[in-house]
Amino acid sequence: MTHSKWLFFLGCAIPTRGISYEISARKILTKLNVELIEMPEFNCCGLPLDPINHEAMQILAAKNLALAEQQGLNILTLCPGCASTLKKVNKTLKADPQQKDEINQHLKETGLTYNGTIETKHLLQFLKEDIGLETLKNVITHPLTNLKVAEHNGCHILRPKKIITFDDPEDPQTLKTLIEATGAECLDYTDKTQCCGLPSAAINEKIALQLARDKLNHIKKAGAQALITICPSCHTMYDTNQPRVEKTFDETYRIPILHYPQLLGLAMGLTPQELAFGELRVNPEKITQQLATPTTQKLDVEPPLRPELVSEIEKTITNGKFTKVENFQKEYMLE
Amino acid sequence: MLSKLGEITVMTEISTFNQGKEQPIKASEIDPTFKYELEKLPGAEKIFLCFQCGTCTSDCPIARFSDSYRPRTLIHLAHLGLRDRVLNSDTLWLCSACFTCTDRCPQNVEVDSIIRVFRNLAIEKGYIPQGLRDQTQTLLETGYVSKVPESRIKKRETYGLPPLPKTNPQTIKKILKNIPFFDRINQTTATATLPQPQGDNKNDSQ
Repeated sequence: MTHSKWLFFLGCAIPTRGISYEISARKILTKLNVELIEMPEFNCCGLPLDPINHEAMQILAAKNLALAEQQGLNILTLCPGCASTLKKVNKTLKADPQQKDEINQHLKETGLTYNGTIETKHLLQFLKEDIGLETLKNVITHPLTNLKVAEHNGCHILRPKKIITFDDPEDPQTLKTLIEATGAECLDYTDKTQCCGLPSAAINEKIALQLARDKLNHIKKAGAQALITICPSCHTMYDTNQPRVEKTFDETYRIPILHYPQLLGLAMGLTPQELAFGELRVNPEKITQQLATPTTQKLDVEPPLRPELVSEIEKTITNGKFTKVENFQKEYMLE
Repeated sequence: MLSKLGEITVMTEISTFNQGKEQPIKASEIDPTFKYELEKLPGAEKIFLCFQCGTCTSDCPIARFSDSYRPRTLIHLAHLGLRDRVLNSDTLWLCSACFTCTDRCPQNVEVDSIIRVFRNLAIEKGYIPQGLRDQTQTLLETGYVSKVPESRIKKRETYGLPPLPKTNPQTIKKILKNIPFFDRINQTTATATLPQPQGDNKNDSQ
């Protein structure tokens, strides 16, 4: 496997709610001989400022790109939001020198200049284009046969199609192929490219929860044992908030939600402990036990929710509406 | 109802209620220049290409669960010149930016960008949802859009993860100083609460 060096762009969502994603991704990337260089300095990619002022979003993104250019390395991110923002701004500014100059005027005082010399890739695109399916298949030592999972791509990795060009937003194949490489079966289900709803949760939580329920219903119907995500926000919606969806709509799912690197890690022979399975809210015991058992014997009993988490969830489910991000964080990230 | 208090009105509770949806249009509400103004703004250039087919609304995941958020309607209101109905609308903030509308529009209208332009204009007028304002303040103070809790930073150490990269909030303030609104974001303002909707949040009956 060829050695490659990438600048690792963490973003805001990974440190606040994606620790298991980060841990498992770092583990598999090390195994794939990828060296991650930490950004010496960074700030929010800019995406959350887009509704406030489009130019402010571009300035923040350009600052990050300028910082990365100083390192002379391409960016690798785990968050599709960061990846698409950095890509979008890079593409726009490269095509429009006048706009590039304007943005550089804003950056001037900090001594930074955006030149447009580097690229950004999300983990998924990186695995597809830079690692490749063949290399990936060679590192699979523990194929996950007998495991039936469903995929959830999320929005920013697929759309808008003129920015994200590596997959078909109406019939995405990348994640599916990568899942199948691990030996697991990837099931089809209704509305699989539908949004998780998290961005709307801070505005109207009922809509977001209904979207999550819709997705979980479809996955349950398809008979998936787990849902595989590649976005920290989608993961928060389906894993962290799954008990909330269950409670609000009187449903039972208990569907484990794994980050793709966790699934790949298992197939590479890493243990659930190494892949931070303990950080998942919905107990993944059912699948880890099944994988540990060589036969196709299935567990009959639903594993209970972790008791320490149940009380936390009880505490956070309130009838009131949350209005502040602070509360939103408390309720949705369960500190 | 929504009232402007001070320079910035912070919307503490966003319903899915579309203000004035049922009310007849008065001639005094119409601003015929609005659409031409929009056409010049980056992102909204193609607003005239919209022929109101409704693909955006029928594919919108938010519209599925909301009785009032309708991207097509917002564009129609803009075509009609109903500036205030668009910019004061609280449903404007429900879009989750999934880009489905943009990808599927038969006229290649960038619907998501138009919604973003509406939001930018609403902010210029001084209307901002509480959550967005909090996020922006956190960003200006810390460089992160949400505060990374102390417990998470400790957990990183436990797992042997590298420390979080440094941010430089001072430079963020510097690079954003010429952008309107950011000088106003920290102003002490009162808040306004929007009325609760009637008969919204329908349950999905599948």
